[in-house]
Amino acid sequence: MKALRLHRELSAIWGAPPGWRGTISTVNHSDIGRRLILAAFAFFAIGGVLAMLIRAQLATPRSAFIGPEIYNQLFTMHGSIMMFLFAIPMFEGLAMYMLPKLLGTRDLAFPRLSAYGWWCYLFGGSLLILSLLLGVAPDSGWFMYTPLSSKPYSPGINADFWLLGITFVEISAIAAAVEISVSILRVRAPGMSLDRMPLFAWYLLATALMMLIGFPPLILGSILLELERAFGWPFFDTARGGDPLLWQHLFWLFGHPEVYIIFIPAAGVVSTVLPVMARTPILGYRIIVASVLALAFLSFGLWVHHMFTVGIPHMALAFFSAASTLVAVPTGVQIFAWLGTLWAGRPQMKLPMLYLIGFFVTFVMGGLTGVMVAVVPFDWQAHDTAFVTAHLHYVLVGGFVFPMLAGAYYWLPHFTGRQRTFRLGEAAFWLIFIGFHLTFFLLHLAGLLGQPRRIESYPEAAGWTWINLISSVGGFVMAIGFALFAIDIALQLFLARRAPRNPWGAGTLEWAMMTPPAPYNIASLPRVGSREPVYGEPDLANELARGEGYLGAARNGWRETLAVDLKGQIRHIIVLPSNTRLPICTALATGCFFVALLLKLYWLAPFAVALVALLGWRWAWVLGRCEDLGLLPIGRGETAPTHAEADDPPGWLGSGFLLLADATLFGSLLFGQVFLIVVAPNWRSDHMVVGSWLVIAIAAAAALLAGALARSADMRVERAIPGHLLLAATLAVSQWQAPAPSGSAAGALVGMLNGYGLLHIAIALLMLVFVCFRHRAGFLSAARSSEPRIARLWSDYAAGVGVVVALASQLPALLR
Amino acid sequence: MFIASALSGCDAPLSALAPAGPTASAIAELWWIMLAGAAGILALVLGLLALSFRRRSRTAPERLWLIGGGIIFPITLLTALLAAAIVLGERSIPARAGAMEVEAESSQYRWRFSYPGTGALPTDETLHIPAGRPVTVALSTKDVIHSFWVPRLGGKMDAIPGHVNRLTIQASVPGTYFGLCAEYCGVGHSRHGFQVIAHAPAEWRAFAAGGRP
Repeated sequence: MKALRLHRELSAIWGAPPGWRGTISTVNHSDIGRRLILAAFAFFAIGGVLAMLIRAQLATPRSAFIGPEIYNQLFTMHGSIMMFLFAIPMFEGLAMYMLPKLLGTRDLAFPRLSAYGWWCYLFGGSLLILSLLLGVAPDSGWFMYTPLSSKPYSPGINADFWLLGITFVEISAIAAAVEISVSILRVRAPGMSLDRMPLFAWYLLATALMMLIGFPPLILGSILLELERAFGWPFFDTARGGDPLLWQHLFWLFGHPEVYIIFIPAAGVVSTVLPVMARTPILGYRIIVASVLALAFLSFGLWVHHMFTVGIPHMALAFFSAASTLVAVPTGVQIFAWLGTLWAGRPQMKLPMLYLIGFFVTFVMGGLTGVMVAVVPFDWQAHDTAFVTAHLHYVLVGGFVFPMLAGAYYWLPHFTGRQRTFRLGEAAFWLIFIGFHLTFFLLHLAGLLGQPRRIESYPEAAGWTWINLISSVGGFVMAIGFALFAIDIALQLFLARRAPRNPWGAGTLEWAMMTPPAPYNIASLPRVGSREPVYGEPDLANELARGEGYLGAARNGWRETLAVDLKGQIRHIIVLPSNTRLPICTALATGCFFVALLLKLYWLAPFAVALVALLGWRWAWVLGRCEDLGLLPIGRGETAPTHAEADDPPGWLGSGFLLLADATLFGSLLFGQVFLIVVAPNWRSDHMVVGSWLVIAIAAAAALLAGALARSADMRVERAIPGHLLLAATLAVSQWQAPAPSGSAAGALVGMLNGYGLLHIAIALLMLVFVCFRHRAGFLSAARSSEPRIARLWSDYAAGVGVVVALASQLPALLR
Repeated sequence: MFIASALSGCDAPLSALAPAGPTASAIAELWWIMLAGAAGILALVLGLLALSFRRRSRTAPERLWLIGGGIIFPITLLTALLAAAIVLGERSIPARAGAMEVEAESSQYRWRFSYPGTGALPTDETLHIPAGRPVTVALSTKDVIHSFWVPRLGGKMDAIPGHVNRLTIQASVPGTYFGLCAEYCGVGHSRHGFQVIAHAPAEWRAFAAGGRP
């Protein structure tokens, strides 16, 4: 039987070896996705326990259960865990597991990158939990406002755990964002043009692009604050020309999009599950796509609505208030699209639908209170009170947790191949739903009655006692509900009956494969002709299993899948790397760097960086081959080159997206410089660099030289090295003459700018030297020229950055 | 309204819904209007959701749902709401002309109030103001960020290192009002409160002349 033979062959290629060897070396997207989901749920449980402790403390006035020192760690860690270690990784896990299956392909574009991200997340998250166990957890609140989180007011290691641990975890978010963007744009089934993609992929694409732009400001802010704490570079210290408001801007530049980064994938789950429950296609596919993109765009224009009480001019507040209420429009479009879909279809009250109703009720209420707090005068009262606590839990639990629970029950048969037999899911729903509203509904009122956030004790006379008691009882009801959900899932994993292949009668491709899925997903890739390719083709799954689609044969032990363009035309074959321990080793080396900084073993940090660079070299070196293969057959009588011989390989696009995130970080730094010059009350202009046109001129000449030399006809991009060396020397000399970074914010900014420039020149040099070695080893040819082109991209970026750094460090003094 | 009646009165000393000044009153009014509107919208959405499960034959006009419900409906409501909010915000903008100014200096975990231009000595933990007049509070901090909030008299404003922010409050009638720090400021945050005493004119003159309150 052909299907069985093919299954055996492909499983041998795509599977992981058994035991620990497989555990640490697998790069398969299903493995990584499942792990992310399980780990995120474990962190959710830890965050939930912290919430229970908080509610226990607040249940009665003047509670003596835990003192403020511990309480402050609890609420800081509850928020940080739920945001960074639960919500984001949970959706990343679902995306990584589900995307290739929805898109009718075999894996993501960069399997090793997602594995690296997973390990960074696991290690960074564990570091934070360790701080909790040691009793030195961060305690400045999850948005870490300076100067409370600065050295004078938080002298301990607590804040360092947050800044370094979260930054370590954010590496995984950036990795996932690059992975998801490139995979959606490049790695789909043939024929699946962008407007035939499942809606979920559109939502994930919008989310991933938002992450590339949303996370860098936070990463930059964390770097600046850690530099201030560790070396006294005073970015946020008013006395030396910094400003604590810069932290707030950088934090909320990230923090507000973050809320939508959490909501949009969950909305994608709703748009996937709801039409299936209603047994009709979704209403207004194109309008929904437009509204999701609009939401992603608008969410970057309203960070200031977290700062309505910091003393910003009222008309500026009015602008941000308008932008904040405007996001209600694309959200409204989706709500009405879902309602209209339900009206058009014949909705069935199955378990996922029950959770979707929980989503509707809760999220709409959260959205309505969101419009209220976007109204400036009202926010002056509600800001930093329990009203906001209630609002954000309505939005996040309503907008993320309920859809994810619906998604969990919807896709569970896919993960396990089983159908549910026990009826615990309904009971869990009612406990969670009723418990949630008991916990948070009256907290709106408590806020209006004057209860501020983050207090560990309140007087009886304030009149908040009855509300807090009800809230605490509700919290425990909700916790029982989540425990029941976990038990239900565990029972289904181990005890339930086999499910039929497509239990919900859905139309998307993840249901055209065996469940639980094989490591290679599908034995051959379909040609997609509609948005719901499974509808009307009942035999599709069997045809694919028999290898009748594309790539329906094992070849050379390669992990093969296809790259397509935006219209779904086949471009080339991607040969993906196989299982390797490189990701875990690189993550460990990265972890060494962060732990060295945490323990103030600064001499160790350069060794860790060198080790990461060495592993990065190895990472790139093990790919590629020394001969041209030309066009290879891909089935159905068609042929395609491999990605090494393609002119637009995934690595180039991935580098582009990574540089987009990098440029956002750089842009945030330039924003910080302008902000401090304009706003900081004690900006020391006498501490600025003595501006020099000569430095700017030499830097520009060096950058042009590097750019021109990298453009020779035979792709010998390493000729650009002298240009970069000159540029690096210019920046180094300019830094040599600059005022000490610890003396003033002006000096610290110049130090940071030059450091950023030199780091990127070093990265470019490393890549150019790498290409030089690849030429010598015979890996490159006229056809196999993707590596030099990727190196040139980084080289050009570094050259551009060098010029901007020279301008930004010299011009302020010259223009004064 | 059960809730409304439960909240007015002395059992809720920090209630923004028991306003005792013009700004706080206007914001409370805005809240009740927004609450009514939100309840109406919620009822509409949940009603549509419930009705979708009722079996009947119908065609779904896509335009009505997406353009009508998703775009026109929220834009109309939000425009009206924003206009009202901007007018109200302009009215209660800090540093109104003619308002007297007092200074509030916050620190971990104290409040010190001073009264430049009067003969009154600085006071700790208690802010004295004249009733019936707008008073601008100039906010500063000696250490971390704090936030000045007297819920019955108006909104809150942060005290940020290196900056002086201004907030105008007004008590309509003499009395004692309670305030607290709204921005998390460390281990003493929950105890970082103060009170505001609004004086009748004669009493205020005596205070401003340097007399003990």
